[in-house]
Amino acid sequence: MSDSVIAADGRPLKASLNRALRRQKLRALALIAPLLIFILVSFVMPIADMLFRSVENEIVENTLPRTVTALEGWDSSSDQVPGEEVFEALYTDLAIAVEYKSHTRLGSRLNYEATGISSLFRKSGRRVKKFDTDIYAEVFAAADPAYADPGQWAAWMSDDTVRAQLPVTTSAYDDWAQMIIDTDGDIPAEETPWNFVYTALFQDAAAGASLPIAVDVSTVEPVSLRAEFGDLDDKWLDPEVWQTIKIYSPKFTNGYFLNSVDLMKGPEGVESRPENQQIYIKLFVRTLIMSLSIMGMCVLLGYPIAWLLANLKARTANLLMILVLLPFWTSLLVRTSAWKVLLQQQGVINDTLVWIGIVADDNRLELINNQTGTIIAMTHILLPFMILPLYSVMKTIPPSYLRAAKSLGATDWTAFWRVYFPQSVPGIGAGCILVFILSIGYYITPELVGGTKGVFISNRIAYHISSSLNWGLAAALGTILLAIVMALYWAYDKIVGIDNVKLGG
Amino acid sequence: MTSTDEAFVAFDRVQKSYDGETLVVKDLNLSMPKGEFLTMLGPSGSGKTTCLMMLAGFETATHGDILLDGVSINNIPPHKRGIGMVFQNYALFPHMSVAENLSFPLEVRKIGKSDREAKITRALDMVQMGDFAGRRPAQLSGGQQQRIALARALVFEPELVLMDEPLGALDKQLRETLQFEITNLAHQLGITTVYVTHDQTEALTMSDRVAVFDDGRIQQLAPPDELYEKPENSFVAQFIGENNTLEGVVQEIKGETCIVKLDSGDIIDAVPVNVTSVGERTKVSIRPERVEFKKERLQEGTHTLKAEVLEFVYMGDIFRTRLRVAGQDEFIIKTRNAPDQERLTPGQMIEIGWLPQDCRALDA
Repeated sequence: MSDSVIAADGRPLKASLNRALRRQKLRALALIAPLLIFILVSFVMPIADMLFRSVENEIVENTLPRTVTALEGWDSSSDQVPGEEVFEALYTDLAIAVEYKSHTRLGSRLNYEATGISSLFRKSGRRVKKFDTDIYAEVFAAADPAYADPGQWAAWMSDDTVRAQLPVTTSAYDDWAQMIIDTDGDIPAEETPWNFVYTALFQDAAAGASLPIAVDVSTVEPVSLRAEFGDLDDKWLDPEVWQTIKIYSPKFTNGYFLNSVDLMKGPEGVESRPENQQIYIKLFVRTLIMSLSIMGMCVLLGYPIAWLLANLKARTANLLMILVLLPFWTSLLVRTSAWKVLLQQQGVINDTLVWIGIVADDNRLELINNQTGTIIAMTHILLPFMILPLYSVMKTIPPSYLRAAKSLGATDWTAFWRVYFPQSVPGIGAGCILVFILSIGYYITPELVGGTKGVFISNRIAYHISSSLNWGLAAALGTILLAIVMALYWAYDKIVGIDNVKLGG
Repeated sequence: MTSTDEAFVAFDRVQKSYDGETLVVKDLNLSMPKGEFLTMLGPSGSGKTTCLMMLAGFETATHGDILLDGVSINNIPPHKRGIGMVFQNYALFPHMSVAENLSFPLEVRKIGKSDREAKITRALDMVQMGDFAGRRPAQLSGGQQQRIALARALVFEPELVLMDEPLGALDKQLRETLQFEITNLAHQLGITTVYVTHDQTEALTMSDRVAVFDDGRIQQLAPPDELYEKPENSFVAQFIGENNTLEGVVQEIKGETCIVKLDSGDIIDAVPVNVTSVGERTKVSIRPERVEFKKERLQEGTHTLKAEVLEFVYMGDIFRTRLRVAGQDEFIIKTRNAPDQERLTPGQMIEIGWLPQDCRALDA
């Protein structure tokens, strides 16, 4: 009988209540819908896409489907170059990829893992058409002119028994047909198949398949594609290249993440990167330490200012508040550039110090293009984010608490430390979270004043996004950064309690 | 009695100005004996809170001396004065439990743990809050918080306790209970108390003496009954209790009584309080409950006034009747709700009078 409360119209009260509230809820939802959709489309989806990119690796399989399949039988730890069948598969894949120009993209992708692959693919792309495989077309055409007839080819390739007999040829012909439709807009039934299709046909025939019109291929000297590729570039005969291709052939990879923490995939599993390539862990640690120091500086500098703001007379406090907010109204670039003027070795601060005599002229301080520069400039830029939450919390602490503490016998310091400070902790927490999270992902200021020693992980992410175009690695670095922030937030919640964060009121 | 017992707390010609242009406190002289419960009463802006803050050490006197136990405390910082204080909004530290709040003044005095605990228990029992030691202030009701604030002000056993409108935020019933408890505690413990309020009932019921503040001066400093019955000027008469005021000119002074001719031409008897010469303008003050309208209760030969009943309000224990007297519509009389009491009806014409000593001719 627990849910048997009945409304006046005889329905259960709960149902009645739900019905009454539904309209309200729908209206409320309709009100926020524009923003919700905007956020979904412009924020959540791109981020999800970006995160997905950190593990996505379809390009290898999409570009070299046959090679990837053929490599399955090859033992990557054997230090042997793969066999002829892999090179045959690579030949077909590459010939098609060249027309789509996707081999250069694949080259850049694999180049992140092993340098030199990009140029190898470009070079191979240019030369793969000039392989000596044209003899196969001549052999078949000589055996029967039907093999040179596009219409006949189209007829064969729509015949299921022929298709079943010639698997390699069928796959090559299908991709070729699709490719010439896509790239040239031609009709396959009017075009003579390209050399790689005849090569595939030869492979089928050599493997003993029965051709639609029998051709004796036993007398034909096969062209070694392995040798052709070897002639093209002896890197193709380097097992390491093949290891790289094999390691990165699955659709999904943890390679970007491993790279982000200075590890890499080797043939025997995960191994650490060579010493001279290890930069990301160092950058993460540096980013965290510098963000913490910026946060600490902001607390040290912001606390007294916030206290003044909260305790001065309204007129003076307003003036001070304008001074605090003034940087907000100035362009970030202008502020950062101003710091360049101030901090450089021939800059205002050094000049003043030299003029006063604290610093020798030939021993000017290095205040910019290093960590000091980044910390100084970012503390200045992020200070308002510390002051404002602190101020709004301090504003709610009545002065009578301090008076009460003093009347109870506490000295000024005890009254502050035991009564005022604990009550301002929620403001410190809010300010710290704001400043820390903002600074851990800050980009523009470290870029401008950080030199090489003062850059953050975000600068590296930006580099991979806009210069090296290694979006997967950028996404993995971004994901790790996000995870670190969330972990710290979680830790903060456990230790201090997120309820203790007050942004105002 | 030594002199410091007579003047445990003393203000000696104290002046205070915040802006250098106006004086908030003008030439304040006050001394209180040990154990006295003194209330500073006055409208807002009268300087009473400023006086309290100067005594507590949160404001400095612009001129004059404040003496505590015979020693000038002008230059002693608040935390060394050893004065307990209860604030208007309680000012309990929200991040500490009740026990920690009480422990605070003891800790800063470096009192040992066991002593501390004993004192805290005693103080909490004193305000009947023994079971609430572990609570946070936010978990307590207003009245409970006020009790804790009181216990905290008393726990370090100060000789002087200041209270700044401590009951302002409480409802009427709770206020009355706490008024009673505070006075009892103060007398029991023999503490000297300075209490600031703008509520005259509170001042009258609680205090040994009341200092009525206005315009930065003490207008009258007297025990409650004297203050009520014998106001020394028209401000005090107006401010304390309900009061009828009639204006006129002194016609004749003969010793203890005088005759005042009101502006309407009527003649009344009064006690000259601060009128000195014939022809002076005066405000005459009569308490509503001292007005009589039954001939048999009046003295022979007293002057009476004609009055028309305008309004009769039944208030339970008393009747409040508004009259038109001497051309003035706001004349109030209060009569006790007794079985034989007559209930006046609007429109009725009556004659009113009073004993000469209940009518005081004050400054104009």
